[in-house]
Amino acid sequence: MRRQIPMLITFFVGTLIIVSEFIPHKPFGTLSTSLEGWFLIISGFAIILGQLSLFKVNIIKISRKAPNWPYYIIALVSFSIMVICGILWGTQKQPGLIPISDKMLNFFGYKPFDYIFKYMFENLSATMFSLLAFFMASASYRAFRARSPESTLLLVAAVLVMLGRTTIGSSLTGWIPESLSFLHLPNIASFIMKYPNTAGQRAILMCAGLGVIGSSLRIILGIERSYLGGK
Amino acid sequence: MKIFERFLHIDRRIIFVLIFIGVALPLIWTLGFNLEVTENVQSVYDLLEGLEPGTRILISFDYGPSTKPEIQPMAIALMEQAFTNRIRIIAIALWPMGVQMCNEAFEKVSAEYPNIEYGIDFINLGYKVGGMVTINHMAKDFRSTFPTDAGGNPVDEFPIMKGIKNFDKLGCVISLSAGDPGLKQWVMIAHDTFGKPVCGGTTAVQAPIMLAYVNEQQQLVGLLGGLKGAAEYELLVNKPGFATKGMDAQSVAHIIIIIFILIGNIGYFATRKQDIMKA
Repeated sequence: MRRQIPMLITFFVGTLIIVSEFIPHKPFGTLSTSLEGWFLIISGFAIILGQLSLFKVNIIKISRKAPNWPYYIIALVSFSIMVICGILWGTQKQPGLIPISDKMLNFFGYKPFDYIFKYMFENLSATMFSLLAFFMASASYRAFRARSPESTLLLVAAVLVMLGRTTIGSSLTGWIPESLSFLHLPNIASFIMKYPNTAGQRAILMCAGLGVIGSSLRIILGIERSYLGGK
Repeated sequence: MKIFERFLHIDRRIIFVLIFIGVALPLIWTLGFNLEVTENVQSVYDLLEGLEPGTRILISFDYGPSTKPEIQPMAIALMEQAFTNRIRIIAIALWPMGVQMCNEAFEKVSAEYPNIEYGIDFINLGYKVGGMVTINHMAKDFRSTFPTDAGGNPVDEFPIMKGIKNFDKLGCVISLSAGDPGLKQWVMIAHDTFGKPVCGGTTAVQAPIMLAYVNEQQQLVGLLGGLKGAAEYELLVNKPGFATKGMDAQSVAHIIIIIFILIGNIGYFATRKQDIMKA
């Protein structure tokens, strides 16, 4: 019964949502709206569950002294500081449990949560993402070799798009008269992105769409049961 | 011919150092290369220019601090254009940290527009979990999805929200997106299901995927792709900012990458020729 009842609910709700898309009259139209409302409420609780799970997983790893366990301490401490600051003094738009003193506000310029977010979290996040540039540069140097006609085509397209996406690319071909504007590097890059790239992307998107329909049907019909947990 | 073999095995630390220098120096000393506005960016600009003053648009902040350098300049330029044309902005976030991104952009832009009032010309409704379901629910019942603004005040208190029950009274929807949920979901629901004009901005990595939606059906009216899209928009609104400055750094980084690709290929062909001759 532990598996059959959730499967029946899934079948009933899944079928109801599909049917409601084709019958926009009562009760189907309002039912799907109500179900969406339920989803939003449950999703809110999922965030709390995620935070508790993060805490639990980190504590287990620290207690077992898993590889790199000191990093998990840093993660937990950082998480706790943000939560405590947010609850105690609130955020820019939300009041906290206790009012923030003028002295503290003058010192930080912001509420503690916003100060940490703006001056630590934002910069650390942007740094992590920016590091990609270094690895992409190194990977491009090693990967883009004209070993075959296909790889040569890829190499030429990549170089043209890279140049076309820069201000140097615009300057290099800016002197070409307007009547030959299709030779401007930004226009060549746009052409490559708009036609060959889009054709490939559309094929991928269509296949992915068919895949989503297939896997959704498998879930609704109870063929795919991994979401129930266990084997 | 050991030099060609060296071309094939350049220490990656050398590449890292040169990329670092190539990115850092143009951020300090601007090179000021020319920039051309591409069709997709122009389309977004034209869409907003075509709206009547007082029209309300929805901007969804679907990104976080990691992609702020690329997407925040777009948000600032779009807000500047909207406020210049007296277009009113309803902001929401499908990413938790989009709320802060929105506040920061509004703080920066509103300093230059003293007549702009919160609740009349702009409102931040905050973050809502749920992605595509949230968008679908908003389209049917906006107020139950966002009963309060980000500060917890009932939306009925704000004149900007008067008559907003679904997407009908919105001029267009703009999603500034760094992934999922984001622009793709807005296209699927706001345009494909409810027929609203949708446009947006994404990271450069995501732009090739989203370009498939800029088509004859105008699933996406236009698209700002990465820092270049942001810089082009800054050029259109005549407010050069971080993106314009950052484009020089990006340009130099691209040139360095191309040079290394060329070096790698010279080494590859030279060593291959030697191997063939030896054989």
